Amino acid sequence: MAQIIGGIGTSHVPAVGAAIDHNKQNEPYWVPYFEKIAPVRAWVREAKPDVCIIAYNDHASAFSLALIPTFAIGVAATFPPADEGYGPRQVPDVAGHPPLAWHLAESLILDEFDMTIVNEMSVDHGLTVPLSVMFDQPEEWPCKVVPLCVNVIQYPAPTGNRCYQLGKAIRRAVDEFPGDERVLILGTGGMSHQLQGERAGLVNADFDLSFLDRIVTDPGGQAAVPHTDYLREAGSEGIELVMWMIMRGALDEQVREVHRAHHVPTSNTSNGVIVLENA
Amino acid sequence: MTTKYPRATPDRAPRDYDDIPGTYVMDGDHSRRGYALNMFCMSLNQEANRDAFRADESGYLDAYALTDDQREAVLQRDWLGLLRLGGNIYYTFKLAIFDGLSMQQVGASMSGIEAEEFQQMMIDGGRPIEGNRTIADRGAAPAQEQH
Repeated sequence: MAQIIGGIGTSHVPAVGAAIDHNKQNEPYWVPYFEKIAPVRAWVREAKPDVCIIAYNDHASAFSLALIPTFAIGVAATFPPADEGYGPRQVPDVAGHPPLAWHLAESLILDEFDMTIVNEMSVDHGLTVPLSVMFDQPEEWPCKVVPLCVNVIQYPAPTGNRCYQLGKAIRRAVDEFPGDERVLILGTGGMSHQLQGERAGLVNADFDLSFLDRIVTDPGGQAAVPHTDYLREAGSEGIELVMWMIMRGALDEQVREVHRAHHVPTSNTSNGVIVLENA
Repeated sequence: MTTKYPRATPDRAPRDYDDIPGTYVMDGDHSRRGYALNMFCMSLNQEANRDAFRADESGYLDAYALTDDQREAVLQRDWLGLLRLGGNIYYTFKLAIFDGLSMQQVGASMSGIEAEEFQQMMIDGGRPIEGNRTIADRGAAPAQEQH
């Protein structure tokens, strides 16, 4: 049977993707961040995932306000990088895993999570930056991907608890998938940041560090945190952190923390990363 | 942070996030107000549309049911005003990308400081949460200019 080999939480800041694409990893601004994620890259190289389930959000790229699915799962064989206004990112196309994606879609819906099924979509920095964080600049991405797109732009995003429960349902589905795939699950976005308005630039490092602690030891408690706490304390865009709860839900109750890092700033955001294994 | 457009009064019952300062939550009320504006911004994802907008900004906007204020705020690049008129930052940022601006430059404009100052504020750890949790909080401290 397929198995979940671990989970990664990571920010998906577009500036990180741009730094990688334009070979700025050795510039003084970027060196501290890339040093902090080096152990993530080393862990992923060892872990050799066959497929990554990536919980991310689309940023007005594949979806607009015309249609706003709360949870959408990509079942296609290929997902091209989106044109977000600059022309598409110059990164490889993302290969899907249709058999696993369809299995997840069917299993999740019967498990009462009403997923939107997507046969055609482009993927933006929300999904491709985490791939760059893990794999740098390969010719082809070394694993397949099941995109799990979450609405966190139009209020209300799904609750932290709903995301946590979805993660548990994903775990049940992966455990029943008749393959030998090594599956890595990612929750992306965050950490504290606010892009908009007079409060733009907000960072709350205490909130972020507490979140990193609680996602390891008290995920049920963190899942109960209401949206307004995220909006107020972590900034309006910090609410992306609910997507990390999907990742956490797919892991065992007890996990081992392999690595964590926190770095301020990358562009306008507080950047966090954590690597977890089932204990 | 100079915009002539006042913050809209929501057409709904008060909510607990209404007292977060300088924050425009994209709820149904906000989304309804900004739908055409945000969809115009979204259209700039396509190169052909960027070319058409570049050729004739005002004419291009005719295809979208914008209010007069929204149209003017687009043409003036009033980044804070666009939010107050129903815009969402992920959408309005499409217009900023079109102009070749970074998120830091737009963040500086929306918060009324210079881009260099904004960049330094981020390097120094970002805008602090202290003094910025509630509108009342903010009244008590000159939090807006704090680094």
